[in-house]
Amino acid sequence: MSTRMVTFTLDGHLYGVDVGAVQEVLRGQTRTRIPLSPRTLAGLINLRGQVLSAIDLRALLDMPARAVDTEPMLVVIRVAGEPIALLVDSIGSVVDVDADQFEPPPDTLAGVSRDLLLGAYKLEDQLLLALDVDRAVAA
Amino acid sequence: MEEIDEIVQEFLVESHENLDQLDRDLVALEREPGSRDLLGSIFRTIHTIKGTSGFLAFGKLEAVTHVGENLLARLRDGKLSMTPQTTDPLLAMVDTVRELLASIEDNGTEGDVDVSDVVERITAILDGNEAAPAPTPIAELLPEPAADPEPEPEPANVVAEPATVAEPVVEPVAAPAPVAAAPPAPPARPVPADTAEEGVTRRNVADSSIRVDVELLDTLMRLVGELVLTRNQIVRQAGDQDGLDLMRSAQRLNLIATELQEGVMKTRMQPIDHLWSKLPRVVRDLGAACGKGVKLAMVGRETELDRSLLESVKDPLTHLVRNAVDHGLETPEGRRAAGKPAEGVLTLRAYHEGGQVVVEVCDDGAGIDADKIADKALASGLRTSAQLAQMSSADILQLIFLPGFSTAQSVTNVSGRGVGMDVVKTNIESIGGTIEVESVVGRGTTCRLRIPLTLAIVPALTVECAGDRYAIPQVSLLELVALDADRAASAVEDVNGASVYRLRGALLPLVRLTDVLGVESERSDGHVLIAVLQAEGKRFGLVIDRVLSTEEIVVKPLTSRLKSLGTYSGATILGDGRVALILDVQALARRALTAEALERGAGDGGAEEQRAAGEHLRMLVAGIGGGRRVAIPLSSVTRLENIAASSVEVVGSREVVQYRGAILPLLRLDRHLGAVSERAGDDLVVVVYSAGARSVAIVVDEIIDIVDEETEVHSDIDDHGLVGSTLIRDRIVEVLDVRAAILAADPKFYSEPEVDLDLRNELQEAV
Repeated sequence: MSTRMVTFTLDGHLYGVDVGAVQEVLRGQTRTRIPLSPRTLAGLINLRGQVLSAIDLRALLDMPARAVDTEPMLVVIRVAGEPIALLVDSIGSVVDVDADQFEPPPDTLAGVSRDLLLGAYKLEDQLLLALDVDRAVAA
Repeated sequence: MEEIDEIVQEFLVESHENLDQLDRDLVALEREPGSRDLLGSIFRTIHTIKGTSGFLAFGKLEAVTHVGENLLARLRDGKLSMTPQTTDPLLAMVDTVRELLASIEDNGTEGDVDVSDVVERITAILDGNEAAPAPTPIAELLPEPAADPEPEPEPANVVAEPATVAEPVVEPVAAPAPVAAAPPAPPARPVPADTAEEGVTRRNVADSSIRVDVELLDTLMRLVGELVLTRNQIVRQAGDQDGLDLMRSAQRLNLIATELQEGVMKTRMQPIDHLWSKLPRVVRDLGAACGKGVKLAMVGRETELDRSLLESVKDPLTHLVRNAVDHGLETPEGRRAAGKPAEGVLTLRAYHEGGQVVVEVCDDGAGIDADKIADKALASGLRTSAQLAQMSSADILQLIFLPGFSTAQSVTNVSGRGVGMDVVKTNIESIGGTIEVESVVGRGTTCRLRIPLTLAIVPALTVECAGDRYAIPQVSLLELVALDADRAASAVEDVNGASVYRLRGALLPLVRLTDVLGVESERSDGHVLIAVLQAEGKRFGLVIDRVLSTEEIVVKPLTSRLKSLGTYSGATILGDGRVALILDVQALARRALTAEALERGAGDGGAEEQRAAGEHLRMLVAGIGGGRRVAIPLSSVTRLENIAASSVEVVGSREVVQYRGAILPLLRLDRHLGAVSERAGDDLVVVVYSAGARSVAIVVDEIIDIVDEETEVHSDIDDHGLVGSTLIRDRIVEVLDVRAAILAADPKFYSEPEVDLDLRNELQEAV
């Protein structure tokens, strides 16, 4: 039973979301910041005439903020039919993973990341952390 | 007569559609003769035509459809089953209906179409069925031959019929062959003759108008919205470059897109007459009930507006009309006494103006006396005399839109319960409209509604603040004021931290957008730009960094999460493709200017007194020991109480007291202000202050006085817990910093930011 994941990096870690949820990947969109909004909302972007909220995954996962001079990439996913953009450091590739590579989050993992992770796929050289998109968007 | 024609037109369009449906259903019925669904559908169609034709007094049409309906009802209920003998007359009936409709369309009458034949045939079936000797249930299905003696030249079928039907009656489905064979023949007879004439006439009505799903129109509207955006982008880019051809194309695109937008908007437009047409009856009945003669005049009934808006305007408009008849117009005696004709005139007027639809409801009645309104506002505590003194009579009239306001001398079953005008106002404002009232005593009253043409595309002002761009809907914008650094320095005055600007003599409270949004302004040259906005009946100035332009923006909804911030009403995409947030002016006004609303909430102890822009303020003067006197703005006070000293309990490090089932934190003002209480005795004098659901009790030594004084605060005392001092009855009185005092008692008191802002305003006004 294999799954296709789109991978991306955040603060040196490899994350992935199911390929079915991903609508497209974008670079360099002007974001309109939203004063008074939660820190995890990185602004609004214009995707071909549609206004999308962008979620900063670093902020969501309690990671240190991205260096000012690096430009984030955007992964546009569809949750319940509504597109929403996720801010990530860089885009990886599309990988096939097997169910037998999967393990639930380690018991030592606590806090926000535990809630937002489905688990980890043990790739040969590193771990691929599967993001729970529904929760990430709802958080 | 015009109206009648319109109804007939609608009826014809509808009926033609229904008949088309009927044809499809009949054809489908041939394939599955037993289908109750199809029979039900056909029944409903005929029933509808019958109902309307009865209403419109088309007797023949009604007669035909009536018998047809009866037959169909039996078929549907399974009392009869489909056979060629029933199908033929049914189809003949449908064709007769067509003929009748064609005749009606031609000359408005049913003409000389002969319906008796069809009626007889169907009646015969119905009667034959009942009269049939019916030895067995099976035979019941065969009464048709009895009907055949009529002029029905189909012997072949009749012969074939009993053979096939006799057995499979139980499952009529099994008899498709004869049924299928029969129908093609009968329609072939009348139809050719009909289509010839129909084909020409029908196109007039049915083919020149179609019904379109509103959803499709909404989609079109959305797409046009996108197009308008793209157009804005292209026009802007073309302006930046020198290509002459590109410029021309861009201008052309601009023109076409504008026309297209108008065209698509028109598809959703309906004349306001759709609403108005119901009003003559309302006015007549109401006039009769009130014993008043009313003449209703309507001007501009063809004025169109978006159908969704039309729906929202319906109730407010009806309310205004009822109000005008009930309260606006005098009784015939009163009118004669005033030298006016006994019959009052109520005029409805609608017209387009400046991208809005204006709807007026005017009566030539007694008018509204601004003085009476002022008295009423004063009596019900909605405004103070000082406030009223500063208002123009036109402004005072607008007070009728305040909640809880009604000037009706008596409550009638029509109006006068103090609810209504505020609801009207709320409804109109919810669709981005405005309402105002004008009146001349003795001459009449005019209520004027201004309604946007549509909701999806709104004209807006784009502004810049801290490098970000925002859109402000034009409907809330009154004017723009630009002050250069020199003038700004003197014209923007400071009332204890609150900025105000004298706009033509009246003080305009200023709200800095940077403060509201918690961002840093990029403007450092001292220039001040003020957008004068109106919302919730209040005027205020929004200080922004820069004004960019006015453009038509397409409103995009925000996720509920962003909506709940209460600052933005939507988002839009600007000409350069960037997203801009649309400021929710109503919410901004609520957040920044809630003093009045809060005071009403707390106002059961005479706390309604609130001074307008500077001078009069009621103060509660209390002693706190050591000869010191402290003034507390009375507007902050809910109640004065004596409580037993023994009822004070200690929770943690705080003193609390139980009061009306709640726990109140206690603040001893003497300790708070560094005085020593001189009060001996076993009771405490407390001043209860409430905001929303929270209250605190402030303990003082004694209540000395309540004064209504010119308060001129000298804020040179920089003492903890005070905002200054003032002279009251020749004694120096310290003015309490209520906010600090309350925070000392209950740090969480102002957990809601609105209350915080509000109290600050209040204090600033107090000082």
